[in-house]
Order: sequence, then C-alpha cells, then structure tokens
Amino acid sequence: MATKKFMYLNRKAPYGTVYALESLEVVLIAAAFEQDVSLAFIDDGVYQIIAGQNTDGIGMKNFSKTYNALGDYDINKLYVSEQSLSERGLSEADIMPIVYEDEDDDWAEKSSIKIVSNAELTKIMAEQDVCLSF
Amino acid sequence: MKIAIQINEGPYQHQASDSAYQFAKAAIAKGHEIFRVFFYHDGVNNASAFTVPPQDDRNVINQWAELGIKNADGEPELVICIAAALRRGMLDESEAGKNGITGNNINPAFRISGLGQLIEAGIQAERLVVFGD
Amino acid sequence: MLHTVNKSSFERNSLQSCLDIIDEKSVILLLEDGVICAADNTKSSMLAQLAADGKVFALKGDVEARGISAKLAENIQLVDYSGFVDLVVEHGTAVSWL
Repeated sequence: MATKKFMYLNRKAPYGTVYALESLEVVLIAAAFEQDVSLAFIDDGVYQIIAGQNTDGIGMKNFSKTYNALGDYDINKLYVSEQSLSERGLSEADIMPIVYEDEDDDWAEKSSIKIVSNAELTKIMAEQDVCLSF
Repeated sequence: MKIAIQINEGPYQHQASDSAYQFAKAAIAKGHEIFRVFFYHDGVNNASAFTVPPQDDRNVINQWAELGIKNADGEPELVICIAAALRRGMLDESEAGKNGITGNNINPAFRISGLGQLIEAGIQAERLVVFGD
Repeated sequence: MLHTVNKSSFERNSLQSCLDIIDEKSVILLLEDGVICAADNTKSSMLAQLAADGKVFALKGDVEARGISAKLAENIQLVDYSGFVDLVVEHGTAVSWL
C-alpha cells in the first residue's frame, strides 16, 4: 500500500467539545496503517497537550496522558504553532513532555514536540496528501 | 477522480451534512466517484432510521440514501464510525445484540465500521474533503 | 492546496488562521457562514489582496441564502457546487478550517 502524508489538524481545546478526544482516537488507529503521520496543534488546539490537566472536577476522563503513547506507535511529529502559544501566554515549557525513541539513533529518547513558526507550518502543510480536520 | 468525504456534524443542527450532500451530488453528476462518505463525531446521527423531519423540509438522511453510494460488492459506502456511533446510541442489529439492547436504528443505506475506514479512504481516494463545525 | 473556510470572521478566527499559513499556490473557498468573509465589511481587508490575485472563491448558494449577493467585496469569484468539485480536483489536498 502506498504511503501518504496525513496531517491531523487540531484547533480546538479539549473537554468543551469532543473533537480533541475523537481526533486522538483516529490518530491511534492511523498508526496501524503505517502512513506518514503529522499532528498540528494550532489555535486553542495547543491546550490539548498542555501539562497539568486535571479533570477531577468535571467528571470527565483525562485523556491527555494518551498523547504520551504516540511515540510507541511511531507517531513523533507533533507540530505546535509558536504564534498560537504566544498569543495565549504559553511557551514550550507549558507543554507536556511527549517523547519517542529514535531507532536510527540507538533508541535515544527525543521530543516529539516541534514548536514551529507560521512559515514552517506553511511548508509542512504544503507537503501533505491528506488533511483531516477536527 | 476518486473523492472521499468526512462529515463531523449531525443533520439539521449544522449545514455540514447538507453541504457535503450537495458536493457529493455535484461530483457524481460530473462523473467523479465518491469512494466513501465517513461520518464521524455527531455526524453518525446522519444514519438514523428514526428521523422524521417535517414534510415541507428536506430529509437529509433519505437524500444520502438516495445517492446510493456503494462499492463494487454492493455494500454501502456511507460509513458511520462504530466508536462514535455506540457512544451516541446509534446501533445496528449486530451491535444492539452484542450490547443487550432491543431495537436498532441504522438506515440500511449506511453501515457501521471502524475508524480504519476513514484512514483507508484517505489512502485510496485521490482527495478527501472534510465538512464540519 | 484548496483551503475551505466555513466560519464568519466575526465569529471565529478560522479565516485568520488559514491566512497565517496559506502559501502562494493555494486558493480559498468560502462556504456556509464563511461567505460572510466575502461580504464588503470591516474585515474585508483580510482577503482583499488574495481576492485581487484571483484566489478567493465563495459558494454561490451560501451567498444567496444569506442575502449578501449585492454586498460582496471586490474580486470574489462565485462558484456553484460543481465549481466546488472542480476546485477540489484542480488544487490537490483540501484543508478545512473548521
């Protein structure tokens, strides 16, 4: 089966609507298809991967830890908009550590998070074959 | 050209399903193939067999059914996501049986399947267009 | 690429987010409430240059439904659903800014 570049475009905060959770469910299934997968977190989508989420007070499942599993599925390109972070008073330090083990580099643990400028996002988007928006 | 469609919203609440239907109808009229329509999130509600809109309004569900989007084996290619469907009370006979529930509510022009069908649509089709909110 | 925007820029920032990363080869189709971005209003400058370059399309049915046919900004090109299909076919990957 041919490999295509799939982009998952996440622009909504978690919990208020189900889009973030159900987007993550697609990404986990997508791993089995061995496609080239990238995730983009833009606008309020950056809150999906913010550290310190605690849902005890709202009676909903905290699914933020699941992002940590992505590395085990060879999904390690999580692009986060620098502009969206800074507009919200956030920086890389506010994002959960999400890592993968690089098989090409003696299984060294590396960050899956890449903070990107709009110019970099433009270039990444232009390479995609399929863009799934949630 | 082979085109796939993803619909994220239910009928009547949001225009997404109507827009996607008009798009699909136009694509078919131009000789393109709608490879699959995948209904996700509240989009699974587009498959309800129990929808009763007022007589002077369009019937979103029947419109989709009448487009008759099927594969070479004659199976419907109007596919609703099983995980999204079950948590929203959309069950076919098989899923109702497995979960000990009497009754089922999937219009026969649709079928329930897994999220892999969305990924497969992205791989097989030359274009994938998303309609949502 | 074909970027589709279905939100009014008075309601959400979908259009701005699209404009932030659109490249010079891409075009925009405004549909559903996104056609409000095609009307001549205080936010029209967002799209003026791209429209002048012939890269901004709006879905005719949505424009007419919202009663803004006579109030469109300059250089907006109207397409029907058949034209929407052509844009998808001609411009490669479709990106929806929901």
